[in-house]
Amino acid sequence: MITRRGLIVTGGATLLAGCDAWSGSPVLLSAEEAHRYLQRSINGRAALAREFRPEQRSPRFRTNGTANPNTPEYNALAANRFADWRLQVGGLVARPLSLSLAQLRSLPQRAQITRHDCVEGWSAIGKWQGPRLETILRLAGLRDGARYIVFHCADAFGQRRIPYYESIDLVDAFHPQTILAWAMNDAPLGIGHGAPLRLRVERQLGYKHAKYVMRIEAVASLAGIGRGKGGFWEDIAGYEWYGGI
Amino acid sequence: MQVYRHRLITRIWHWVNALAVLVMIPSGLMIFNAHPRLYWGNYGANFDHAWLSLPRWPGWLTLPSTYDLAGARHWHLFFALVLAFSLLIYLLWSLANRHLQRDLRFRRDELSAAHLAGDLRAHWEMRFHDPEDPRAYNLFQKASYALVLFVLLPLLIFTGLALAPGMWPWLADLFGGRQSARSLHFIAMALLTGFVLVHLTLVILAGPVNEVRSMITGWWRSPEAEPGE
Repeated sequence: MITRRGLIVTGGATLLAGCDAWSGSPVLLSAEEAHRYLQRSINGRAALAREFRPEQRSPRFRTNGTANPNTPEYNALAANRFADWRLQVGGLVARPLSLSLAQLRSLPQRAQITRHDCVEGWSAIGKWQGPRLETILRLAGLRDGARYIVFHCADAFGQRRIPYYESIDLVDAFHPQTILAWAMNDAPLGIGHGAPLRLRVERQLGYKHAKYVMRIEAVASLAGIGRGKGGFWEDIAGYEWYGGI
Repeated sequence: MQVYRHRLITRIWHWVNALAVLVMIPSGLMIFNAHPRLYWGNYGANFDHAWLSLPRWPGWLTLPSTYDLAGARHWHLFFALVLAFSLLIYLLWSLANRHLQRDLRFRRDELSAAHLAGDLRAHWEMRFHDPEDPRAYNLFQKASYALVLFVLLPLLIFTGLALAPGMWPWLADLFGGRQSARSLHFIAMALLTGFVLVHLTLVILAGPVNEVRSMITGWWRSPEAEPGE
């Protein structure tokens, strides 16, 4: 006999299973674009993220994601305090660059005390210092057609050892608070936080702040990089590419 | 006797909002499961003091039903737009058609202690409608609807917006920092869940067929007309 209770339980279970399957539907995914458009319209493309005073920093800034890339290549670089490390800048640029840490430190610097917001929900506040990404992109000179900046990292995350990468568009690439940080809380970046260099893109969630950056590439399209969604977590789990939400 | 109780815009908003809330709470609980700790202030992570630390919500209460932070965010961020914009349209419309002023405004005589006691006694005796004016909301109805419309839903929307790193930074400041906003978001959700449970209970006690029908067709049958129901 079909009872009302039976119907509700079966119907509920079917509905729940159906809902799980709809989690990646194009209708739901369209919200990312809507939020990006709304945020940039009402907040402004150049609006600054909140900056804090030194005493407002987290007493202890937890690490997340890869704690140590631990590859032979990376370990060799780390053993030498990254003296042999070079940041490669290429792709759609007029002048490909190869920059040492000393060169990055000699560029005009920006220091900022900002809040790091993880997609999981926690926040930590720390001080970051490094050259603005804009400075480096102007040195290299973007060629026509460049629309995204991709950050290739030294770490491969998870059991499948898929290389970490991230990407941002030119609005965020040229934002004044978007820096390549080599220092955190007035000390060289530790290995847990992405030594020797990590991206800070302050108006987006933590997974966008690529650590262990080895190579920067200017591209016209994100297709063909990784699985084409613009970042490691975007490819693997389906996180939003626009991490401002 | 039939009375026309809910206008079309009220009925449409009610069901759109009900669906949005039905999605927002379970998907929000899944997002909460990614870091089931709450803090006050600007920052808060594993090494910091949490004022509330809960076990993870079970799968039958979350959307999706198995751990899927990305999927939960897809649901939550889509229906956040539905919730916010439908509320905005509804409130503006209800100001224009005078629903808010006419039906939700407290009258001075209602606020007397005697009236309050009378309303409380009527609820206790399960008399939910004034036989003199069956269309009117009673004091507790007005108060709870006003609390949801003007406090809880806006608070949920604005604390939710404050969590977005790309949003106005002053919004998080307004709530005492991003982690405070996250705590308030959770507290407002808990209060809204309480409202939903009481609301559903009272719908059942007041006659579920008549109440649900009135929110679909707009027409509500006065209990005196149908003593059997």
